[in-house]
Amino acid sequence: MNFSEVFKQSNQLCKVSPDGKYLATCVQYRLVVRDVSTLQILQLYTCLDQISHMDWSSDSLFILCAMYKRGLVQVWSLEQPDWHCKIDEGSIGLVSSRWSPDGRHILNTTEFHLRVTVWSLCTKAVSYIKYPKACQKGIDFSRDGCYMALAERRDCKDYVSVFVCDDWHLLRHFETETQDLAGLEWSPNGCVLAVWDSCLEYKVLLYSLDGRLLSTYSAYEWSLGVKSVTWSPSSQFLAIGSYDEKVRILNHITWKKIAQFEHIATINNTKAVVYKEVEKRPAVGSDDLSLHNITIGTTLFNTQSKYEICPPPVQVPVVKPDPDRANPKIGVSTLAFSSDSRYLATKNDNMASVVWVWDMQKMSLLAVLEQTSAVRCFQWDPRRPRLALCTGNTKLYLWSPAGCVSVQVPTEGGFQVQSLNWHCCGETLILLGKDQLCLCDDEKIGGNTPLQILNFTC
Amino acid sequence: MPESSLDIFPPKVKDICSSSIECRPSPLRQSSQSSLPLHRNYMLSTFCTEKNVQECLSHISQEVSSLGLPPVWMESGGSSEMNVVAVLNCIYDLIQLHRRGLRTLENMEVEQLKSSSNLDYLQLTSTQLKEQLELSKRENTGLLERERQLQLKVKSLQNCLKNEKEEVQKLQNIIASRASQYNHEMKRKEREFNKLRERLNQLLVDKKEKKQAIDVLNNIGRADGKRSLWKTEKTEAKHEGEMYKTLLSDYDIRQRELLLENAELKKVLQQMKKDMVSILSSKKPTLKDDQHQDDDIQADLEEEVFDSSKESVELYCVHAREKLTNSIRLQWRRLKSHVERLDNQASLAQIGRSKNTDAVSRETHEEEMDRLKLEIQQCKDFIQTQHQLLQQQLSSPYDEEKASLLSDCYMLQEKERFRDEWKTLEEQRKIFERERRNFTEAAIRLSHERKAFEDDRATWLKHQFLNLSPFADSNKPQMSKSKSAFLISKTEASAASAPEKLIKRPSDTTSPTPRCVPLTSPSTAELYPTLCLVPENRSTKPKRLTEHVEESSNFLNGNVPAQHKHWNDREDHSSHTLTKEKTSSI
Repeated sequence: MNFSEVFKQSNQLCKVSPDGKYLATCVQYRLVVRDVSTLQILQLYTCLDQISHMDWSSDSLFILCAMYKRGLVQVWSLEQPDWHCKIDEGSIGLVSSRWSPDGRHILNTTEFHLRVTVWSLCTKAVSYIKYPKACQKGIDFSRDGCYMALAERRDCKDYVSVFVCDDWHLLRHFETETQDLAGLEWSPNGCVLAVWDSCLEYKVLLYSLDGRLLSTYSAYEWSLGVKSVTWSPSSQFLAIGSYDEKVRILNHITWKKIAQFEHIATINNTKAVVYKEVEKRPAVGSDDLSLHNITIGTTLFNTQSKYEICPPPVQVPVVKPDPDRANPKIGVSTLAFSSDSRYLATKNDNMASVVWVWDMQKMSLLAVLEQTSAVRCFQWDPRRPRLALCTGNTKLYLWSPAGCVSVQVPTEGGFQVQSLNWHCCGETLILLGKDQLCLCDDEKIGGNTPLQILNFTC
Repeated sequence: MPESSLDIFPPKVKDICSSSIECRPSPLRQSSQSSLPLHRNYMLSTFCTEKNVQECLSHISQEVSSLGLPPVWMESGGSSEMNVVAVLNCIYDLIQLHRRGLRTLENMEVEQLKSSSNLDYLQLTSTQLKEQLELSKRENTGLLERERQLQLKVKSLQNCLKNEKEEVQKLQNIIASRASQYNHEMKRKEREFNKLRERLNQLLVDKKEKKQAIDVLNNIGRADGKRSLWKTEKTEAKHEGEMYKTLLSDYDIRQRELLLENAELKKVLQQMKKDMVSILSSKKPTLKDDQHQDDDIQADLEEEVFDSSKESVELYCVHAREKLTNSIRLQWRRLKSHVERLDNQASLAQIGRSKNTDAVSRETHEEEMDRLKLEIQQCKDFIQTQHQLLQQQLSSPYDEEKASLLSDCYMLQEKERFRDEWKTLEEQRKIFERERRNFTEAAIRLSHERKAFEDDRATWLKHQFLNLSPFADSNKPQMSKSKSAFLISKTEASAASAPEKLIKRPSDTTSPTPRCVPLTSPSTAELYPTLCLVPENRSTKPKRLTEHVEESSNFLNGNVPAQHKHWNDREDHSSHTLTKEKTSSI
């Protein structure tokens, strides 16, 4: 596994272009575009203020930099470095800015969710969408970029508007049977819209593209409900994670529950493999504990870790949530299907150091990864069934059906991986630290990397 | 002295009387007993004196008669003489009475003791029971008190419950009202918020100094390179159409998937049906008992088999599909019933078998036992009869002693016969042994003679040769001489081996025991001196002789039991070596 040198970044703003050729990073008010393969700086743009959001257009030609504090959006062109565009939202404020799927429109959500402003880079035209709802996920584009669903709130009722992204024509507008809509998401094939209620009520509604209600699903009443919803890439399954520490899988034909995955603290399933990360501190003599070493730091505090396979039953560490506080740290908050829809990775918030991998063919628990610290982020390889995760330490962890491996990030200065992103080709990982980033090129993962070696040790 | 005896007795009679009388009133007994000895003493001194004998007599007779005893004194005879016999009888009766009285007294006393102790016990128990009663009464009052308290508690709790329920109801009402109020407030706030937003929006839009603005260097083209279109009804329709197109395509895809799945499932169904048909038709001949039931099934099956070929053609026809599913269902039912039947049969068979095996085994066991017993009996009978017959046979000519004697005789006779034979054989052996010795001796003698003869011849030849030529060697004629002598010896040895063989056989058969050792050892010992007895020739042929001696000594040291054979072998061997030597020498 090759690790690149460390680059600076701020606000964890670092994105690879959709075509996979360029890497854009923000450093304070500067935007740096590099070639992914050579890491040479191609372009350097200077924005008006510290960048709080950055995004590539779908055709990888433009980069959007939003400065929410200033209510400003600046757009840069990769092809024409001297081309510039500045959108000023004025005193109305800005809380969110995003590209439309065509890469020629920018949708800005104003402060207090007063409206959504659609700016066209082609015509300078501006259009407004009123009454957007301030919620967990109030806006979603279908994967083919044709339609946009927007959650709205009018007269204390929830509505969903479906727009044609081509010309922002309102295709459908319908009221949803929700108390307080919390989010919506298109199925990957763009034909079904999943809408879920806020956590006070367990309710998931499925609407067809033409606004027909296909089905309603509610697992239970009264206690806190849905926490996360994810479609499988095949549009076949809808996974719903909830506050009762369970994931329920709905099928796409009857929209009924076909499976239920429970996150139980004691794993008795003999078919599941439990990987437990074990840390080994390198032996350090008392002489080495000098100030010099501590300032140098990295090697001293770096601990070796490896995975051990625990035979069931395994007790997973559980943190009891504080019942007096809102948004209790319990329930399944993160769900991710692998690119082939074969596996589902989940994280239960009161078992923060554990990632669960479920087999969607057998509908059963496949693997459990018990880390030494809380899992910050995990993401599937976009090409292969391979899961990368980080726990805010200096290691990168990879799981595949063949086994599990932890890789030390060999950088100076204690690079702590806070977040990670796969390159779209599935061979490069972008590791984000607090104000640094590092590329991890694992072309050789198919060759003789530890993952391969682990195949034999497991 | 009859007087004195009389004197002694009356008080006793009196005593008895008193006791017998006093027996009935038991409370008085104690006092009478205590007064008894006093009474006696008193009576002895005062009851009868010389003067009042007559009176005493009459008194006693009265007393006695009152007791229902025959009178002691009869006045009928005119004589005032006492009838001694009657008196004695009376005394005896009185004593008896007295004894009986005493016994009854004792019994009564015991009984009294018993009853008094009984009384004590009863009194004790009664007091205890009284105490218990007291206690239970107290307990009862306590319990009653507790019950009352509990009832009070229950009442209070019920009140509490009622209050709580009321509270709950009240709270629920409060919550409901609050919720509704909250919702209402929420809505009001939201409306207000919306109004504010509107107002803010308006204000911001109206505000001139800091307006929303876009500053683009130059407009860029659309990603698809087309120009944007005007919003018209046409575009609306087009959007609608596109939406439905995507939906339709999605449904199309799904339908196709389902179709594929269905086709697969249908294939499976067909396969299943075929299998079922084959199974059902194959089981047909095996099950004869439900032939009548299967007849119509068979007909159906045939029809269905015929149908199935058609169904592939009209697979998507609703009718055909229905038919297929129906037929499958039917067959499935049949198969199920068949399997169930088989199951039942199997279970029945198993039960039957398990029962049968048990029963049969027991039966067979018993039968076998009986059979074997019978056999044993028969065998026993057989043996019995055989025994009897044998005994009869034996006892008919002689009696048992005779028979035993006879058998002994037979044995003795046999033994003697064997001994005789043994002796003759032994003698024969000895003869053979002697003969052999003679033969060997003769052979030795012959060889010595031959040597002597050869020497003679050599000397003769030497002389002759010396006579013929002046430088003649003495060796050559000697050699030729020895050769001829050897030839002779060979024939002799072969001749000797023939009788040896004759000897060998009986020796082997008759005496393989060490008994024969002393017989053979002297023979070798004899052989030795015989060999030594010819010292005159030793000088001429010393080498060969020593060889012989060595051999014999070896032979002596060897195994004794196998001596005979060894010896014979040695003989043969020696002869053989001799011949060998001879040939080599030649």
